[in-house]
Amino acid sequence: MKVNLKQLVANGVEQIEKATSTQVLDEVRVAFLGKKGSVTILLKSLGDLPAEERKAAGAEINRAKQQLFTAIQSQKEHIQQQELNAKLMRESVDVSLPGRQRIKGGIHPVTRTMQRIIDLFSQVGFEVCTGPEIEDDFHNFEALNFPAHHPARAMHDTFYFPDGHLLRTHTSPVQIRAMKTMHPPIKIIAPGKVYRSDSDQTHTPMFHQVEGLVIGENITFSSLKGTLSQFVNAFFEDDLQIRMRPSYFPFTEPSAEVDVEWKKADGNTSWLEVLGCGMVHPNVLKSGGIDPEKYTGFAFGLGVERFAMLRYGVQDLRNFFENDMGFLSQFQS
Amino acid sequence: MKISKHWLNEWLGYSLDTDVVAEQMTQLGLEVDNLTPAAQAFSGVVVAEILACENHPDADKLQVCQVNKGDEIVQIVCGAPNARAGLKTALSQIGAVLPNDFKIKKSKLRGVDSFGMLCSEVELGISQEGSGIIELSSDAPVGVDLRDYLGLDDDIIEIDLTPNRADCFSMRGVARDLAVLNKTELKEPEINVVPVQTNGEVPIQIQAPEGCARYISRVIKGVDAKVETPVWIKERLRRSGVKSINPVVDVTNYVMIELGQPMHAFDLSHIEGDIVVRMAKEGEKLILLDGSEAILDPGFLVIADQKQLLAVAGVMGGLLSGVQKTTSDIMLESAYFDPATIIGKSRKLGVHSDSAMRFERGVDIAIQAQAMERATQLIIEICGGQVAPSVVVDEVSALSVRKEVVLSVDKLKRVLGFDLPESQVTAIFEGLGFQPQFVDQQWFVRAPSWRFDIEIAEDLVEEVVRVIGYDSIPATRLLADDTIYPITETLRTQQSIKIQLADLGYQEVINYAFVPEKQLQQLGADHSVFALANPLTQDMAMMRTQLLGGVLENIKANLARQHNDLAFFEIGKVFAKTEEIVQHDSLIMARCGQAAPEQWAVSSRNVDFYDIKGDVCQLIGHHLQFSSSQLKHYHPGRQAAILSDERVIGHLGQIHPSICKKLKIKQDVYVAEFDMSDIQETLLPQWYSTSKYPAVRRDLSLLVPENITWNDINFAIKESLSEQINLLKSVHLFDVYQGSHLKTGFKSMAMALIFQEKNRTLEDKEVDNLVLKAVSYLNQQLNAELRA
Repeated sequence: MKVNLKQLVANGVEQIEKATSTQVLDEVRVAFLGKKGSVTILLKSLGDLPAEERKAAGAEINRAKQQLFTAIQSQKEHIQQQELNAKLMRESVDVSLPGRQRIKGGIHPVTRTMQRIIDLFSQVGFEVCTGPEIEDDFHNFEALNFPAHHPARAMHDTFYFPDGHLLRTHTSPVQIRAMKTMHPPIKIIAPGKVYRSDSDQTHTPMFHQVEGLVIGENITFSSLKGTLSQFVNAFFEDDLQIRMRPSYFPFTEPSAEVDVEWKKADGNTSWLEVLGCGMVHPNVLKSGGIDPEKYTGFAFGLGVERFAMLRYGVQDLRNFFENDMGFLSQFQS
Repeated sequence: MKISKHWLNEWLGYSLDTDVVAEQMTQLGLEVDNLTPAAQAFSGVVVAEILACENHPDADKLQVCQVNKGDEIVQIVCGAPNARAGLKTALSQIGAVLPNDFKIKKSKLRGVDSFGMLCSEVELGISQEGSGIIELSSDAPVGVDLRDYLGLDDDIIEIDLTPNRADCFSMRGVARDLAVLNKTELKEPEINVVPVQTNGEVPIQIQAPEGCARYISRVIKGVDAKVETPVWIKERLRRSGVKSINPVVDVTNYVMIELGQPMHAFDLSHIEGDIVVRMAKEGEKLILLDGSEAILDPGFLVIADQKQLLAVAGVMGGLLSGVQKTTSDIMLESAYFDPATIIGKSRKLGVHSDSAMRFERGVDIAIQAQAMERATQLIIEICGGQVAPSVVVDEVSALSVRKEVVLSVDKLKRVLGFDLPESQVTAIFEGLGFQPQFVDQQWFVRAPSWRFDIEIAEDLVEEVVRVIGYDSIPATRLLADDTIYPITETLRTQQSIKIQLADLGYQEVINYAFVPEKQLQQLGADHSVFALANPLTQDMAMMRTQLLGGVLENIKANLARQHNDLAFFEIGKVFAKTEEIVQHDSLIMARCGQAAPEQWAVSSRNVDFYDIKGDVCQLIGHHLQFSSSQLKHYHPGRQAAILSDERVIGHLGQIHPSICKKLKIKQDVYVAEFDMSDIQETLLPQWYSTSKYPAVRRDLSLLVPENITWNDINFAIKESLSEQINLLKSVHLFDVYQGSHLKTGFKSMAMALIFQEKNRTLEDKEVDNLVLKAVSYLNQQLNAELRA
């Protein structure tokens, strides 16, 4: 009987392992463990054995039954896994087919550049201020120390309205508006549109500026230089040389223009003018209701399109306002 | 202003490399625009004298000249009409190389040998225009290289002067600034008082002393204006960008460039009686030297005689009284005109005037007499003539007196952020002619007569720092400001809205804020529009009243470039003028073409009303309501007002097809328009507890009359549940169908009703009752039937 059982198990395991489908496996299971299966019959025949052998034989048969049962379970899992694998293989897709697409949008490169500038200055606590685009003479010129008929006014090709209002020629009027509503220390930037009646390859009648104004104690020409040099390097993510040189703006004294040493395609470098700045003129502080004996300040103004052109290598300023998708889509990343 | 480096070196008394000069000028605040050589490269050209000319035997227009070039006499065939015996001119010898690598060889012209070429200024690249060969002065040394003789190895430095630096509108001014930087003395030319030889002074009456504080005139009789201007003056004028006219005019221009004093020369024969300096009368007219007619008003200062106007003071002389080649007696003018009187006048007349450019920014009040002597001396040297005494009229009371400006050591440091030694600052002020006194830690300074821009301490700070060099300023950090400013959480920034729109598939555009009037009419602008007084073109004459026009133009332009599926947005100000000026930020979204790019996995479909509506809800929120509207620029059946809390915050819909047709846009365009201020405010989230019990869904498929809207159904369902409404969590529509196999006049709408109780599981029966209630109410109110 012992031999018989061993062979039975071996035979069973062999058949189980040969089964390649759940159906065949089930047939094997019935043949051994079913109601009329060979193991079941053996169990039923236990009653024929003498009582003292019955217990040991029962245990042995049960062990055999368990062995077969385990083998069936494991083969069943194996078959199921294979069947699943086969099913999944049948479901495979062409991964090279394009994914579903939607219409792609994006931010205008001028906005992108302006936001980058805002983000850089926001890091150190510059607050963003805005002002109207249709301005009055007081805010655009007079309060900024441009007396009537001053030659510097001729440098601003101004768009006027019949009632004497004008389109702001720079974001500097925001300086006055900010000074009137805030108290030192003041640290603001004012991004926005400005207008000049000039249109050619390097001028558009509308463009964007970011104005900066810092007023407080210990605000000096040296700190102006330090701020701008940090900003330029941060904006371009490069260690660029900057050069300040004397210039003239009625609302700052001393005034400066800032050039950046720019690497050209041919490997040479040249100085490119990128912004104007200076120490806020005492008359301007007074216009803004700030005591020039107590506080000093610096201001700067930069052309956003200029920075965008340098940053992204745009060659023609006019591209920015043609709104051609071929151009705009290049900035969608 | 253009500056000859040679001439500048003469003033400095030493020679600086052009690059160094340019760098120093930049440091001083004289922006260098351009560096160009005074002449293009050429070699082998010498001063030569034509000894004899004969007509070419076989050509009418050619002459055969015998030319002395110093070491030998050569035969040259020349076509210039001004080639004549005795003329000194430029000869390109055999082997010479002219600009553009043009090599001179021995040649034969119509059978006659020519051993070189006589040259014009154009051929040598000295000038852009002119005819005939160069005429050199009679004392030009034959055989000398032309480049040496004319000093052509020179550079022209073009600078752009800021309005505050009137003092640098002359060789003297620029040299003076450079001398301070280089700590050297300026080499002034020797200018002596010219002895008087005759009389005949013209009396001067200054009737407008506020406009003319000083007027010096001088008569010179018997000048010969037909002589050639000496080549050295011509060359310097050329390098300064000034055309040679006649020797008298050339001298006045030369003195202006040299010393900074604009001058004028009148033909004495056209002056009758006293000279009067007065304001113009309304409507007075004068034909100017450039041929234009000036129509004046009392804002203009004029020079007149007893009968007529002679000149617009400081701007331009009259044509009639100008000096011609035939003029023999002249009156020179050297005056100080007040900047405020001259400013804007040449602009107003539309004329270019080197004189006005200087007077309106300020001419040194101390140099009129010196300039007069300088011009007199040069004119009698060149043109001869007898000098009459100068007539000087000073309205001294009107002369501006420079006020004292004080700069303290403390102020200097407060502005700059660092200290400078007292001696260095004092030396800078001395060099600039500011006559500083240093007392009690303060500099007391009086600006010289040539500086008009020194009024306050800060002006002195700039003077100091530009001389020491902006490069030497240390770069320091701002001290940290540790204030933490609040951020309004319920205010969406423009930038966040822009990013969201970009994520929704919209591309930002930026258009000019001015539009053609025609566009406003086409779009039926109902605001009072704001027109520019001085537009660049008629296409940019009006301020936009909405953003639609620009975006439609963008769509049109992009369609023309075969970009067919477009989604644009713009945020920008729109303008209107009512009682006051209205200018506020507005948002437009616009779509046309296919809803998605053409692709294999999505069937293609054009955008429609529900795309833009969906985008609007996505952007602003699903709490919005939409009600019908009647805007003229929209499709009458496909537009809606957008409401939030029962207030209209915008509109959306299809642009009226007839507008698209006018603009030649062949696609349907859907847009939504808002005021930015209406969509930036949001609510602060407030937490509430959510139900832990399962929700129950019931689907309803209804047959409803065609005219019934989704709004009607939604409303009726809610109404039907009355106080049990809180059990209905949401209703959403998942199908709308209209087709032939439905009852005529009806459509099918399928929706899901989601029920949920906060504190317990709903029972099926309960829900069934609620649905029954809703269905019977819908049937009663809207004639809706449950589909089988």
